[in-house]
Amino acid sequence: MDVSSLPISPSHRGKLISAGYSSLSSLSSLSPSRLALDLKISENEAVEILKVASGRSGQDKIESGSRAIVNGAQTAWDMLHEEESSKCITTSCSNLDEILGGGIHCKEVTEIGGVPGIGKTQLGIQLAVNVQIPAEYGGLAGKAVYIDTEGSFMVERVLQIAEACAQDMLEYNTLLRRDLVDKQPKSFLDNIFYFRVCTYTEQIAVINYLEKFLSEHKDVGVKVVIVDSITFHFRQDFEDMALRTRLLSGMALKVMKLAKKFNLAVVLLNQVTTKFVEGSFQLTLALGDSWAHATTNRIILYWNGNERRAFIDKSPSLPSASSPYTVTGRGIRNSTSNCKRVKLM
Amino acid sequence: MANKLISEMGLPKSIANVFSARNILTAKDASSLSEFELMELMDVGLEEVMAAVLRISEISCPPYQTALSLLEQRNHNEYLAGHLPTGLIGLDEALCGGIPFGVVTEFVGPSGIGKTRFCLKLALLASLPTSHGGLGGRVIYIDVESKFSSRRHGSTGRILVLQPASLSEFTESLQKLKVSLLQHDVKLLIIDSMTALPSGEYGQGPPKLGWHISFIKSLAECCRIPVVVTNQVRSQVRDEASRYVFQGHVRADTLEDTSKVEYHLVAALGIHWAHAVSIHLVLESRSGKRLIKIAKSSISPSLGFFFRIDASGISFLNNEGEEMTGPEANSIHCQGQSGIINYGHEALQ
Repeated sequence: MDVSSLPISPSHRGKLISAGYSSLSSLSSLSPSRLALDLKISENEAVEILKVASGRSGQDKIESGSRAIVNGAQTAWDMLHEEESSKCITTSCSNLDEILGGGIHCKEVTEIGGVPGIGKTQLGIQLAVNVQIPAEYGGLAGKAVYIDTEGSFMVERVLQIAEACAQDMLEYNTLLRRDLVDKQPKSFLDNIFYFRVCTYTEQIAVINYLEKFLSEHKDVGVKVVIVDSITFHFRQDFEDMALRTRLLSGMALKVMKLAKKFNLAVVLLNQVTTKFVEGSFQLTLALGDSWAHATTNRIILYWNGNERRAFIDKSPSLPSASSPYTVTGRGIRNSTSNCKRVKLM
Repeated sequence: MANKLISEMGLPKSIANVFSARNILTAKDASSLSEFELMELMDVGLEEVMAAVLRISEISCPPYQTALSLLEQRNHNEYLAGHLPTGLIGLDEALCGGIPFGVVTEFVGPSGIGKTRFCLKLALLASLPTSHGGLGGRVIYIDVESKFSSRRHGSTGRILVLQPASLSEFTESLQKLKVSLLQHDVKLLIIDSMTALPSGEYGQGPPKLGWHISFIKSLAECCRIPVVVTNQVRSQVRDEASRYVFQGHVRADTLEDTSKVEYHLVAALGIHWAHAVSIHLVLESRSGKRLIKIAKSSISPSLGFFFRIDASGISFLNNEGEEMTGPEANSIHCQGQSGIINYGHEALQ
């Protein structure tokens, strides 16, 4: 293992090499004061360098077949247990929940895209409300962070959906003849943290800041982060496409990290564009092919004749299927048409 | 926010100096580089870079609020919680009060259908004092097609009309607007129409109005005013670019039989603009009657209202409206349209 691959500043790297430390093994049994003397740097800096080096060489030990436990890994068995017991965020449409394997999963990044007017923002708002459903009703009792880049978050609509959700919960109460928690619609609104982002710089800043925000609000339990939409600021007049790809993949990694670290679901809403494929123009989600790899799950919302349908375009564990849904005054609900069968493709 | 200077962010002196030495002066410059790139560029350790980036992000990040405080703010500060009533009861109910503040509302339809009439109606309404149901402020009317005639449509001193003659003039007027909107207590901005300028000049499909789209949106938002734009239509073959790969291809026979292909008119400026607009009101004529449909709106169901225009103005035939199903709501029918504009598609000839 080479010293030149360590994530340290160039001047430190240069000093290490000129002092003769070209491989990690040469640093393995060195004391910080010795290193500081050799490189003519402060002892603190030496400690930092040695920390980074030992982190790397820890991986080396695994390669050589030693029995050292890898830092931060989980056995697949533990992961299975976790996944089975984790709850999903329902979309309020049972057909949609069915093809999603229960709903939107935590610890995953789900991308939802579609033409304007198909209901992406509606779904986003529905999820922001549904994540707050108390545990007694099978929900996550969490809070939501809604990052709005387009200005499509209409508070009146959130209130409508929250009222419908509260009503549904009351009905559930009477069905089970239990006296459970009675949620006021306005309290739903109080648990949605709203960020309005106007440029791509702010978008990146919010994602960076979210880690701190979530750590500070750890007791509060944010369970879903919705970005509506990730595309908007990256589409217009972005001259440097290479920069765009870099920034987007950086954002994708960061949100994935947030999802895993704080055990929440990340929902990214995307727009559509046309692509010339096999001799004709076809619709496809925006941001290009490299972005398509960045998210865990991909759902495309589309029109099929007169009904709205959702299609699982990409998922590591769910089969490709599509199901109908409608957008009603109360939010996203099951479609009441005759051809309700979930179509496996 | 993006142009906040790093020097003013209160970072530790040493690292702030390095930032400026490397010509990374604003938050935007810093976010355009990944942490590793910054580390290479500035020759500083990773931890320091990450701490600095976090601090910069925290400061350039917009403030957050809960949805509840947003609602209360609107209710408290704004007329009818941020809506301009149109006077057409069915529409006002469907839109939770009227044309909403802070977002772009679009009227789209073929020529002669009544878009300008709607705009004029809204302009007059907004200029009325609040006691009479208006917004009591000035209105800026950007009249691209020179349709505004105060003699015909009535006038008040509060409607300011701009008539830019070219795209560059239009751009200029937009830029100057930002300042005057706040200074002159403007309550409504109308642009009639967005498409007239570009198609006149270039004649080959919609040019990039990307900057204008975001700028108009940002005007609407920061000044919290309603912005109304009108949009023309252009012909498009129905099945072009309306399917995803997984939906399979259009069957060849439907393309060959041209009489069966429906020519649906699609709003000019394309799908990109369609994403930027929040409320889409489509006007069309159907069996001799005029219809206004709510095609895209996050707060209302897809309803359509038949209306008529006469000397006394616009009135709805029926305040209840009819449910518009499916993607029909988004497409525009225009009967009596002779001479189909060839969109350059081989199969149509």
